[in-house]
Amino acid sequence: MTSLKPSEGPAYSRIYSFGARRGENVVTNDDIAGPINSSDEWIRQRTGIVTRRRGTAEETVIDLAVDAAKQAIERAGIDPQEIGAVIMSTVTYFHQTPSAAAIVADKIGANPAAAFDISAACAGYTYGIAQADGLVRAGTAKYVLVIGAEKMSDFIDPEDRSISFLLGDGAGAVVVGPSETPGISKTIWGSDGSRADAIYQTHGWDQLRENPELGWPTLRQDGPSVFKWASFKMAGYATQAIEAAGLTPEDIQVFAPHQANMRIIDQLIKQIHLPESVVVGRDIADTGNTSAASIPLAIDRLLQEGQAKSGDLCLQIGFGAGLVYAAQVVVLP
Amino acid sequence: MAYTEQEVLAGLAEIVAEETGLPVDTITAEKSFVDDLDIDSLSIMTIVTHAEDKFDVTIPDDAAKDFNLVGDAVNFIVGAQA
Repeated sequence: MTSLKPSEGPAYSRIYSFGARRGENVVTNDDIAGPINSSDEWIRQRTGIVTRRRGTAEETVIDLAVDAAKQAIERAGIDPQEIGAVIMSTVTYFHQTPSAAAIVADKIGANPAAAFDISAACAGYTYGIAQADGLVRAGTAKYVLVIGAEKMSDFIDPEDRSISFLLGDGAGAVVVGPSETPGISKTIWGSDGSRADAIYQTHGWDQLRENPELGWPTLRQDGPSVFKWASFKMAGYATQAIEAAGLTPEDIQVFAPHQANMRIIDQLIKQIHLPESVVVGRDIADTGNTSAASIPLAIDRLLQEGQAKSGDLCLQIGFGAGLVYAAQVVVLP
Repeated sequence: MAYTEQEVLAGLAEIVAEETGLPVDTITAEKSFVDDLDIDSLSIMTIVTHAEDKFDVTIPDDAAKDFNLVGDAVNFIVGAQA
């Protein structure tokens, strides 16, 4: 009988590099506080945000993704032709098809890599890392480019007090490839679709077509409920991820949660019992909440500023609309 | 174990004090979370989560959003005990 030959790959995978690109404009709290009847002081106290980055009208989510990707590829020291798959996580690419990933792959010299978009909101980067880890270790792709790219400013409502004022534009990219030592731990991930109304788009394109008076859709969230879920339930999954990595909280040297709200970050540190010495990604203060881009942007900043070092064990956890979440521990490049 | 109203108030006051730094004896049933104690909706959710653990009850998010006074939370917790 003829037997099937399975795909075989390396025993382990690791992150080779990070790349980052933020929207050009720096938008202060004072710039946006008026229409939401708020103030710089309230926004800082409520969220920890001082400024958020927003793209110009000319900067597209594809542009942001391409720039971050090129930087990651250059830093990884690989030929883009060696990339076997491009995964782009985004909720702000407004074409059903073709995928943004296929276009990005072509622009960065990775054509004919496999390319697909994923929609996992603010867990998109960690969902992408889970897939990249699997693809590399299965031998399906030698290198995988994971990009979290968002132009959230295309979706905001200037008068919305629930989420729009948090949001920023940017892209973070990562090259994942083969490794002789473990570089990415088991991903703890999941969803709870019963809470799809916690963070949502107000109406779909089909509803807009039926009722043009609805206007351009935007985003809304139930802030207090999401805060509770993110601050406490996510701590449980983060703890599971640490245990799955064969570690204890004391082993974690860098903590890079989705940059949703500084108060969620602070509560997570407490609930996960991370050591006082842990280096924490707090990029939200200057960049805002960039959804799928937020974690790679935060980690890249820690590395570039020297607060995080090559070889550090980093707990990364993403969580967002779905509701969905994913956490893993990675070795920083 | 069913806690009395006094016990729930005392326990909740400890949680609020821990979360906010306010003196325990300033946290009384007739105080409003927002207007008197300057506690916002996010901190209320933190307080509610700790109260769920302490009193072994479930406080749905929609119920928590209706907590205006500290006494509202106390009454809910007392009623939610099995």
